[in-house]
Amino acid sequence: MSYKPELLTTAASLNELERLIAAGADAFVIGEARYGMRLPGEFPIDQIAEAVRIANPTGVKIYAAVNNLMDNEAVESLQAYMAALAETGVDAIVFGDPAVLMAARVHAPGIALHWNAEMTSTNYVTADYWGRRGASRFVLARELNMEQIVETAASTALELQVQVHGMTNIYHSKRSLVNSYMEHQQETDRLDRRDKDRGLYVMEAERKDERYPIFEDANGTHIMSSDDICMIENLHELMDAGVASLKVEGIMKSIDYNEIVIRAYRQAIDAYIADPQGYTFQEEWLDRIREAQDPNRELSYGFFYKEQVY
Amino acid sequence: MTVTEKTTQRYQGKRHRLNKPELLAPAGNLEKLKFAVHYGADAVYIGGQKYGLRSNADNFSFEEMKEGVEFANRYGAKVFVATNIYAHNEDIEGLEDYLRSLEEAGISAIIAADPVIIETAQRAAPKLEVHLSTQQSTLNWQAVQFWKEEGLPRVVLARETSFKDIAEIKKHVDIEIEAFIHGAMCSSFSGRCVLSNHFTDRDSNRGGCSQSCRWKYDLFVDDMPLYPEDEDKFTMGSKDLCMIEYLPELIEVGVDSFKIEGRMKSIHYVATVVNVYRQAIDSYFENPADFVVKPEWIEEINKAANRPLNTGFFLDTPGPEDHIYEPEEKAAPYDFAGVVLDYDAGTGFATVQQRNHFKLGQEVEFVGPQGTLFKQTVTEITDADGQAIDAARHPLQQIRIRTLKPVYPMDMMRKKTGKK
Repeated sequence: MSYKPELLTTAASLNELERLIAAGADAFVIGEARYGMRLPGEFPIDQIAEAVRIANPTGVKIYAAVNNLMDNEAVESLQAYMAALAETGVDAIVFGDPAVLMAARVHAPGIALHWNAEMTSTNYVTADYWGRRGASRFVLARELNMEQIVETAASTALELQVQVHGMTNIYHSKRSLVNSYMEHQQETDRLDRRDKDRGLYVMEAERKDERYPIFEDANGTHIMSSDDICMIENLHELMDAGVASLKVEGIMKSIDYNEIVIRAYRQAIDAYIADPQGYTFQEEWLDRIREAQDPNRELSYGFFYKEQVY
Repeated sequence: MTVTEKTTQRYQGKRHRLNKPELLAPAGNLEKLKFAVHYGADAVYIGGQKYGLRSNADNFSFEEMKEGVEFANRYGAKVFVATNIYAHNEDIEGLEDYLRSLEEAGISAIIAADPVIIETAQRAAPKLEVHLSTQQSTLNWQAVQFWKEEGLPRVVLARETSFKDIAEIKKHVDIEIEAFIHGAMCSSFSGRCVLSNHFTDRDSNRGGCSQSCRWKYDLFVDDMPLYPEDEDKFTMGSKDLCMIEYLPELIEVGVDSFKIEGRMKSIHYVATVVNVYRQAIDSYFENPADFVVKPEWIEEINKAANRPLNTGFFLDTPGPEDHIYEPEEKAAPYDFAGVVLDYDAGTGFATVQQRNHFKLGQEVEFVGPQGTLFKQTVTEITDADGQAIDAARHPLQQIRIRTLKPVYPMDMMRKKTGKK
């Protein structure tokens, strides 16, 4: 069995999806905010169906994001939504709430399930636990280091997905925190909107060079990392470990930027597939990303090589 | 064997719904455990040396756990252990032994979020009940149903659930529901915050939380501060939860366990808060129809409060009044000053262990379980040798003090602060 890692990304629209397929993406996570979390754009069910029609003939996969923390109200319509997703022919459903698993068993049987609880997917036994309950893929927390990822890959039967590029969420509240603050200040007219495209960020007094994007949507308030993960230099470590899916997160980036990033990772992955032993990283792949990178956002290794204490 | 069979088998004959809700209190160490139980907790939750989310707390050795369980059992109370981290691979080794040791120590239940811990406990330490931690952020009945089918007898709901949500969950699933009713809150969904990891390289989901949500931030838009620098800054910090005024609603909606937050809090805090909820719950069950929230309960709560209080998500989604943008004054001018160790009815003197400076002429009050409370002025203090002194200056010093009325071991003494 030959190893071919998947290059997974996001898209804000069908148009972006087509451009990123052309740039070399193998798979997409798309969905709508009512069921999915922190998506670059809205894909109502008919557009998910359209995405499948565009993507599948080219061998590209579409995964539906149903990874919200569900409330009772969402659960009401979840069964119908799962059934509708099943009809679109999506290749997998991404979930992070057991309620989705319960609904999928009945209303979308046979569709692959990817467990993605973001920060709380941290070990191989838990991976296998969700595997025995129907998941085929385990999306690892971005707070793990390389050794933990490599060990998990060697220890679980499930496919692993690891984010290799872009922003990560670092805080999610159900509260409308920006709005509350503006109401406290009694000046709510300072901002017309508080969505992810408004360019809001928070800064802490002792960390003046770090800008943490903040936004509100139907699911509450989200704070994002001040740096962008960029693992292209060391991508072979993940590929050597057999990580099945390498994700480029496209949220809060322009399509032009995402296109450049996908092209670069495509080249790296193709070079690796062609000759795993002879593979060497090419500086020019990273240079193209560097050129496109927002100077206020550092390209970093995230937590891949960091020691954390507790 | 199906999952449902497993559930029935393991919990057959046990309560699925408690008649009177359980009052569940935090206990950061053995002393706090004893105070929590003595003041009326039906159960306490503690942390062991590993797998808990308060790595800075004292935390219990297995020996201390045994002693705690023994003490609690004398009151008919139970001891739970929080094993609520999201484990990394290197945490797995030793987990089985650890859970078995908890079982041997007489622990009734663990509070866990990570399936590796849930599953290992079910296999290796089957006498331990597994309660699903709030770290799983469970908001809906379908997810509660899932955990029930996994064999868990109890779910601690997400702090984002409202009365309406709880009613809906109770309607669909027959399972014990535990809810936080008092104390500090994550303003994020529990477990969905790694601010500490990013700001301080401390892993929040393994007990390293540095409370970055309570820091002050500048909010920028278009590279400009949204408000001038000298105004109140942006923060995510939430007020603390206090549901004493909604006790009948909590009981009637069917919450089975009322949980107080605060393994890092003082014995004074734990004892005071437990004392109030104990009285309130008992008062409700004596006569539900005529239940009223007594003003002195609120006063007592305020004496322990560290932050302003609110009702979280129970009634509606928190707004501007539920966050802490500016310093606020302590609601009640009392500080914890001492613990009663003994009382001599012959002389009218109590032996008190000092917990804070107090002196002659100062107004103090004594409080014990079931709300006994009286105020007095400090008229006579002596040291352990009977020498008169004018103030209790030394931490943990044992002194003797004349009291107006008889007092009992584990009663607490507070002093009035501020002016005067």
